[in-house]
Amino acid sequence: MIAVGASWGGLKALRAIAHGLPAHFRVPITFVQHRSKESAALRELLQDCTSLIVCEVEDKQPIMGGYVYLAPPDYHLLVDGDEFSLSVDEPVRYSRPSIDVFFESVAERFGPAAVGVVLTGANEDGAEGLRQIAARGGLAVVQDPRTAESPIMPRAALRAVPTAQTLPLERMTPYLVSLDTGEENEQGRRKRTGGTDEVRA
Amino acid sequence: MVVPVGLGAADPAPAAGAEAIVTPTVTDIAAAAEAPVNGYSPDLERIEIQLLLEGIYRHYGFDFRAYAYASLRRRIWKRIDSDGLKTISALQDRVLHDPSMMERLLLDLSINVTAMFRDPGFYVAFRRDVVPALRTYPFIRIWHAGCSTGEEAYSMAILLEEEDLYDRARIYATDINEVVIRKAKEGIFPLDRMQEYTQNYLRAGGTRSFSEYYTAMYDGALFAPRLMRNIVFSQHNLVTDRSFAECNVILCRNVLIYFDRTLQQRVHKLFHESLPIYGYLGLGSKESLRFTGFEDDYEAVDRREKIYRKIK
Repeated sequence: MIAVGASWGGLKALRAIAHGLPAHFRVPITFVQHRSKESAALRELLQDCTSLIVCEVEDKQPIMGGYVYLAPPDYHLLVDGDEFSLSVDEPVRYSRPSIDVFFESVAERFGPAAVGVVLTGANEDGAEGLRQIAARGGLAVVQDPRTAESPIMPRAALRAVPTAQTLPLERMTPYLVSLDTGEENEQGRRKRTGGTDEVRA
Repeated sequence: MVVPVGLGAADPAPAAGAEAIVTPTVTDIAAAAEAPVNGYSPDLERIEIQLLLEGIYRHYGFDFRAYAYASLRRRIWKRIDSDGLKTISALQDRVLHDPSMMERLLLDLSINVTAMFRDPGFYVAFRRDVVPALRTYPFIRIWHAGCSTGEEAYSMAILLEEEDLYDRARIYATDINEVVIRKAKEGIFPLDRMQEYTQNYLRAGGTRSFSEYYTAMYDGALFAPRLMRNIVFSQHNLVTDRSFAECNVILCRNVLIYFDRTLQQRVHKLFHESLPIYGYLGLGSKESLRFTGFEDDYEAVDRREKIYRKIK
């Protein structure tokens, strides 16, 4: 599972990521974007950039490869076994959906098979969730703050996980695709595993 | 075919092509168990949560065992953190020996956050697609299952009053939790939310001024007693209790998301038994009949707003 969190400036960043995903991409990828309750057009805007099916998650929807999932507005998104689940619990740090809530449940469920990606944003959501993904042996990826429309969220994520893989937006999708096809080398993996201990300490 | 997949990031060389689909394996889970967070592996956490829920069920009779795990887990940790405890076992110890702790946890686990005219589009669709049918009935019974503190039941009372149907309507508003039912009966809601509710009300197709419905007091907004006259608030447990009446409309919005799929199916069976043919079922905007086994028994009245009508 690739879990992607974005806030301010996220539309452009998410579109860029969706655009680069090949039609044969088999890893389920989920976008959690902060947005208002009324913003219903995000799914269509993302669907325009990819041949994968983009769907706004409904409660108990099975998690499958070949889909781009989108957290619905005004709900928290979580993973429960092989399904998604939703909640209307209080917003966390003023956000619902909360990136932290989603990332934490992804860390719990997928462990080392989780990839957390923190993109542009003007708050610190996602940092704690990314820390938990890394602590459970998953892979932490952060957009290079210098290339982010708003660097606050990626900076916070890097403070939480200093060993996170940092990439400019244009290299993000090729990197995620390389994970799917197993091109990531052993060196990268060792570095990651070593990094996990540092984070925990 | 449903293929749950994780990314095989821990596998040295995932197979090429379609075989790259990786079902999380025992190895994945074992690997996760080696990476504890707060001293917990996911496995140990699950064991302790199951023990806690089993203990609560056997000692107090509240059954949370078939609640959706991920949300339940968050709520349990919230209680642990706010009481300065360290482990789920420590919470279990407190809960089993101290009923007041059980009461607090019960509130944590069972309260659903709600709002007046939540999802205004739902009420617009209800006025447009359901109200015309209700007009043809001599008496209208509405069951609002999982009403929490009553905001949405009062919203429905307002809508029916504006449609001139409230005199012949009865809203049965139920919740598992007696504390919220007591609160709902008071009809007092926080003043600081009235601005939001007024916005919702207008977007929901409200035809009057929202402030006509409440009196601002120093500690809250008191809703007009006439709205309360045809609402029957009562305690009812969707998990263990049976149907209590045949209803023309059942509203159960953002309640079933806290249940696992098996329990959802059981509750849908209860709803199905409680509705006549052409009875209406209203769910939350991101809830679906798709994964419940009851999809073929209903037709969509408004697919987007999740209003369905029983056809068999």
